[in-house]
Amino acid sequence: MSKVLIYGEVKSGKLKKSAFELASEGRRIADALGGEVGAVLIGPDTEKYAAELAKYGVDKVFLVDGPVLETYNSEYFAQAMAGVIKEKNSEIVLFSHSMQGKDLAPRTAAKLGTAVIADCVSFRLDGTTLVGRRPMYAGKCFSEWSATGTPQIASARPNVLETAEVAKAGAVEKITVEIDSSRATYSTKELNLDTSGKVDLTEAEIIVSGGRGMGGNDYTLLEEMAGTLGSRATVGASRAAVDAGWRSHSDQVGQTGKTVTPNLYIACGISGSIQHLAGMGSSKVIVAINKDTEAPIFTKADYGIVGDLFKILPEFNKELKALLSE
Amino acid sequence: MIKACKDANEALARFKDLFVKPVFSGFILKGDFTVKSLVCLKQVPDTETQIKVMPDGSGIVTDGIKYVINPYDEFSVEEALRIKEKMKAGDVTILGLGPDRVVEAIRTALAMGADKGIHVSDDALLQADPYCVAEVLAAVAKQTEFDIIFCGHRAIDDDLGETGAILAELLQIPQVTLVTKIEVAADKKSVTCERDVEGGKEVVESPLPCVVTSQKGLNEPRYASLPGIMKAKKKPVDKKSLGDLGVTIEAKLKCANFTMPPERKAGQKFEGMEPADVAKTVVGLLRTEAKVI
Ligand SMILES: Cc1cc2nc3c(=O)[nH]c(=O)nc-3n(C[C@@H](O)[C@H](O)[C@H](O)COP(=O)(O)OP(=O)(O)OC[C@H]3O[C@@H](n4cnc5c(N)ncnc54)[C@H](O)[C@@H]3O)c2cc1C
Ligand SMILES: Cc1cc2nc3c(=O)[nH]c(=O)nc-3n(C[C@H](O)[C@H](O)[C@H](O)COP(=O)(O)OP(=O)(O)OC[C@H]3O[C@@H](n4cnc5c(N)ncnc54)[C@H](O)[C@@H]3O)c2cc1C
Repeated sequence: MSKVLIYGEVKSGKLKKSAFELASEGRRIADALGGEVGAVLIGPDTEKYAAELAKYGVDKVFLVDGPVLETYNSEYFAQAMAGVIKEKNSEIVLFSHSMQGKDLAPRTAAKLGTAVIADCVSFRLDGTTLVGRRPMYAGKCFSEWSATGTPQIASARPNVLETAEVAKAGAVEKITVEIDSSRATYSTKELNLDTSGKVDLTEAEIIVSGGRGMGGNDYTLLEEMAGTLGSRATVGASRAAVDAGWRSHSDQVGQTGKTVTPNLYIACGISGSIQHLAGMGSSKVIVAINKDTEAPIFTKADYGIVGDLFKILPEFNKELKALLSE
Repeated sequence: MIKACKDANEALARFKDLFVKPVFSGFILKGDFTVKSLVCLKQVPDTETQIKVMPDGSGIVTDGIKYVINPYDEFSVEEALRIKEKMKAGDVTILGLGPDRVVEAIRTALAMGADKGIHVSDDALLQADPYCVAEVLAAVAKQTEFDIIFCGHRAIDDDLGETGAILAELLQIPQVTLVTKIEVAADKKSVTCERDVEGGKEVVESPLPCVVTSQKGLNEPRYASLPGIMKAKKKPVDKKSLGDLGVTIEAKLKCANFTMPPERKAGQKFEGMEPADVAKTVVGLLRTEAKVI
């Protein structure tokens, strides 16, 4: 029996980092409860990922494949997931609160008559009950949630849980789930993925964000900085910049945009409105560059730089390049 | 099951519930090919609200909170109205669950142009989890004609972001989540939607009826006009209890121990330094002190 089951999300032919975060957390939970960690991989040709999952503490890898599982579809994947949970009698199921997780977890849960403790930033056990701590009001407060029955289904915010290498068997088992393809669902017509390998805001380790102070849609200075900082860095924006049409909606950080928790958030020309702070206030380290010494962002910044961003950013980029090329 | 019915519609809904399962009146009654939207709308604290936790950690202090329509639900209202306007026929129903103050939010949506409202009020809903909320929404949906049900992809307060998907599953209809564009087919039997996926966009086609969850970028919601506000006063808002709907809910999730986030204090501030010097200093600190680069 697998007490803990995790969903392994694959993107562009690679397991996502969140899969290792979930595996590691699953391992910690299973060890405390005395049980095994299983991981579910759905779709064609996924066996190759089993070994990597084993490194992060997964005992068993369950593979589900079938004609309608070639590309992601909420209905079919949820049927597959619910099928494995039932067959393995899983008590605790963990998803990532990624774009796909947000779509898949609740539909899976609903098939099993329950809801998801969504977007958790940490977990603990209260006896055999999983307790997830999660932000509410975009991080203006936190609370602890638990399920009243089994399975207990939760999703974790990407990039927050620690990964830990613990080698386990990762034995592969193919599972046949009867997928009812007569259930009404959508069909995918086009999938337009950004192939630049740019990391999504919610999963970025470093975010360089620009606000109204950027004065226009030229974000070259920020793109350059993110480029220097590597593939886990990306560019974000305030709503003012998005509303001005300088950046796309998907770049917005804040209460009505994305809630982000990078290791480093660099706010450039952003005043620090309550809605913006709600979305990025849990970043590990915050740097603010603003010419107004009274800007509220400085009350939250670990390193506040008062000055003109157009003068400071080029110097910043020079320093970063020098440091990171060492 | 013999029970007094308040009106013909309710009687019809019950009748269909009894004999055709699963049933959507949208399928059966729709002879006129208009698009009927059901918009699930949550009332949430204004984004300006400073949240304070109660001393016993049982929840947040609600005194003095100003409530608004969940911004994502505003996108839904707007989109439903645009579809109706484009198709030159249709019907937009606003469905809100919660205490009496929710009527205010429903009226605002009616003032934007929606046709009627349904308000489900019951003490049992105060601490309802998304599954329970979806059960109630589904119960109403089953008594209503609809082609598209709109939900926000998330409510900005409790922020579980799952009600729409659970609702779709309970109704056994497709979900199209995180939608930034919707096109209803000319035959009104399907929708083509553009949705956010990680690092890009997906275009999907879904048969109707379905649940769509709104994402930022879908549209710019209109403001209610003065004549709109006047008209809204006369539009019907049906009030229902869980008893009326014949649903009993049983909690699947519970929450407790509300706490404030760790207080973030201002750190070091650098003022009046030369750009080159300040850049060198801060980049150095990010490496040696903060250890994030
Ligand atoms: C004091 C208090 C105690 C609570 N206790 C619990 C608890 O113990 N367990 C628990 O699970 N939850 C509890 N809740 C939260 C609960 O009421 C949530 O609102 C509910 O779980 C729905 O989740 P969500 O708001 O995150 O919705 P999401 O899933 O984020 O909502 C998405 C969409 O669903 C629709 N929707 C959601 N709610 C409504 C609504 N009321 N009316 C119409 N449409 C709606 C809207 O379209 C919305 O955009 C409590 C809330 C309060 C204020
Ligand atoms: C319902 C609602 C939801 C909202 N949700 C969000 C949200 O999710 N995210 C969000 O960000 N906002 C949100 N907002 C908007 C928010 O209230 C602010 O309006 C917005 O965050 C301001 O963006 P800003 O900081 O870029 O612009 P401003 O507040 O105008 O700040 C610009 C800053 O740039 C500085 N500056 C200008 N030029 C320079 C220069 N050359 N060098 C250095 N500094 C310079 C200025 O000193 C100023 O502090 C929301 C508002 C509402 C009503």
